Amino acid sequence: MFNIVAKRSIFFIISGLVIIAGIIAMVAFGGLNTDIDFTGGTAMYVNLGAEYDEAGIRDALKGVEGVSVSSVQKTGDQEAVIKTAELATEQRVAVEEALKAKFASASIMSVDNVSATVGQELWGNAAKSILIAVVLMLIYITFRFELLSGISAVIALAHDLLVMMAIYAIFRFPVNTSFIAAMLTILGYSINATIVIFDRIRENTRFLKKETFRDIVNKSIWQSMGRSINTSLTTLLTIVMVYILGVPSIRDFALPLIIGIVAGTYSSIFIAGQFWVLFKGKDKKDIAKAKA
Amino acid sequence: MKSKSIAKFSIVVLIIAVLAYVASCGLVIGDWGIPSALDPENGIKRGLDLAGGSIIVFEAQAEEVTEGDMNAVVQVLRNRLDSQGYYEAIVSKQGDKRVRVEIPSIENPEEAVAMLGATAKLEFKDAEGNVVLTGGEDVKAASAIVEPIDETGRKGSVVKLELTDAGRKKFSDATQKIAALPEGQNIIAISLDDVTISAPRVLEHIDSAECRITGEFTNDEAKTLAAQIQSGQLPFTLKDVELRSVGPQLGEKALENSLLAGGIGLLLVMIFMLLFYRMCGFVADIALVGYVSIVAIILALLRVNLTLPGIAGIILTIGTAVDANVIIFERVKEELALGKTLRASIEAGFNRAFSAILDANVTTIIAAAVLYFFGTGTIKGFAVTLFIGTIVSMFTAIVITRFLLRQMVGFDVKNPKLYCAVAKEAK
Repeated sequence: MFNIVAKRSIFFIISGLVIIAGIIAMVAFGGLNTDIDFTGGTAMYVNLGAEYDEAGIRDALKGVEGVSVSSVQKTGDQEAVIKTAELATEQRVAVEEALKAKFASASIMSVDNVSATVGQELWGNAAKSILIAVVLMLIYITFRFELLSGISAVIALAHDLLVMMAIYAIFRFPVNTSFIAAMLTILGYSINATIVIFDRIRENTRFLKKETFRDIVNKSIWQSMGRSINTSLTTLLTIVMVYILGVPSIRDFALPLIIGIVAGTYSSIFIAGQFWVLFKGKDKKDIAKAKA
Repeated sequence: MKSKSIAKFSIVVLIIAVLAYVASCGLVIGDWGIPSALDPENGIKRGLDLAGGSIIVFEAQAEEVTEGDMNAVVQVLRNRLDSQGYYEAIVSKQGDKRVRVEIPSIENPEEAVAMLGATAKLEFKDAEGNVVLTGGEDVKAASAIVEPIDETGRKGSVVKLELTDAGRKKFSDATQKIAALPEGQNIIAISLDDVTISAPRVLEHIDSAECRITGEFTNDEAKTLAAQIQSGQLPFTLKDVELRSVGPQLGEKALENSLLAGGIGLLLVMIFMLLFYRMCGFVADIALVGYVSIVAIILALLRVNLTLPGIAGIILTIGTAVDANVIIFERVKEELALGKTLRASIEAGFNRAFSAILDANVTTIIAAAVLYFFGTGTIKGFAVTLFIGTIVSMFTAIVITRFLLRQMVGFDVKNPKLYCAVAKEAK
């Protein structure tokens, strides 16, 4: 059977490349493509009641004072999400009227207007939540397993969140509150897969006293493989359906979840256990076993 | 043995069928009943992004804002919402200087923003409607205090009103006139945004920078009135820093699409389990129907405010709910591969899988708790569904599945291949 532990450098390199590509993208583009939730701005989800093109919308809003359209995202034949800098109430009303003047049966389906001050607090709150959750999980895992397992699991978690951010940086997907919520969800989801494998490692170290940590980890990963893949598949089945059928706001939540689930499955199989081996490999008894 | 097992198995399946029926159609026995989870009135409470509505967050435009002033803001907004008939709207403080207003099914959110954000207009008027005092200039402060309210020294709640110098002069002139008027005319109406909030009688000429409004108030009533009067001289304006508005059509569409996605997702997961784990998968599917029904009933009974991310959370947990089963069945497969009997394999599979399931779910619960305590708005709703989902899934995936599988062994269909297909490579 393919020895995952022995070939671990391949998997580290793959993850490293994705994350480095993300960092390069961030530097090149000047950070993540932050949505109005962070920068402040207005997003209007409109149904124009007729087929349209982007130029038509920009044209319709040209005359509205103080309104400059920053993006038009086509979400359907007759639907679009129009984003602008933050607008005051009167300006939003003016936009609606201008759209109706050009597209007779246009209707506003949803409006989000966020001022920049609100957005700035989001990262702070998210970082705080992630930190607290990680510390609590670390304590629990240390209590149930051992500190090194906890640290390895947290590294795998950090990996998943970094990969999510990297993908968003590379593809310039807009980062908004849904993305933050998805990161926090992945925090809870992804650790599951890692725990299941560590549970197996915990059990095997008890029964397979003669084997090295490397072999135990490799064996544990393979024993858990069926579960790792099947659970990811069942979860993906449901969340992909949400992505396919959902309205734009829920797609913003489903997409980062899909990325996070894939990253989480990968890290639980290829990353978490390897770090544990790295930490434990320095154990003298283990080195002796390896030589025997 | 065989017939007993079949009977027990059937009873559990029947209970789950009843749960599924109750969740989708509701159940009424006499006065007592469980509403259908889908019932828009009494079932699962739909968040604004599903029912349509607006969330508006106002921020006080000042460096420092006292708690009293923020309470006053809440009162003003409450008043304005009630006067426009938005009785179902919710006003709550968010942090130190923000107030969050949630208004369900509102036609014109922009109008509401303008109406709610306007500076409060507080006026004291005589019986003929002449303005005696205006909030901004003449009233300095209002507060609720407890002090003796009659000769016997009985204590009660009153509202203490402090006036500016200009206000004192105007008030003195006005009360001199009003106190002399006949009963019924001798009142000063205090109005906030043109709605009368209190109309105390003036019994004597008041020439003082401080006066009292008495009237057998409860402590809360006095506080409310004081906050309302206080709102007339708030030292800041309100800015709408956040507006999230969803039209009723979009909300309905979002709900329909999500339910469809959930339904198809559920079906796909069930087919997947059936293909991979055969009879065990069939049992897991029964438990999964139980899971979805129980979660729906709990959400309906607890009146949890279900938002769009909340629905996504529940759909996600459909995928993870079978996780415990997958862990168990993979274990059972291994035990079968070792040559154990079916019954022994199932028992060993459950026992060995338990620690993994417990630890994995505890970490998820930790994440849900952190999301609940540190998240705001929709994220909080999501955390609740994640928490409920995790707890219920442990019950259905472990307790129900185990019970059903044990009975199934008693059916005398003992070909292990029909159960969890034996791992091909038994190493």
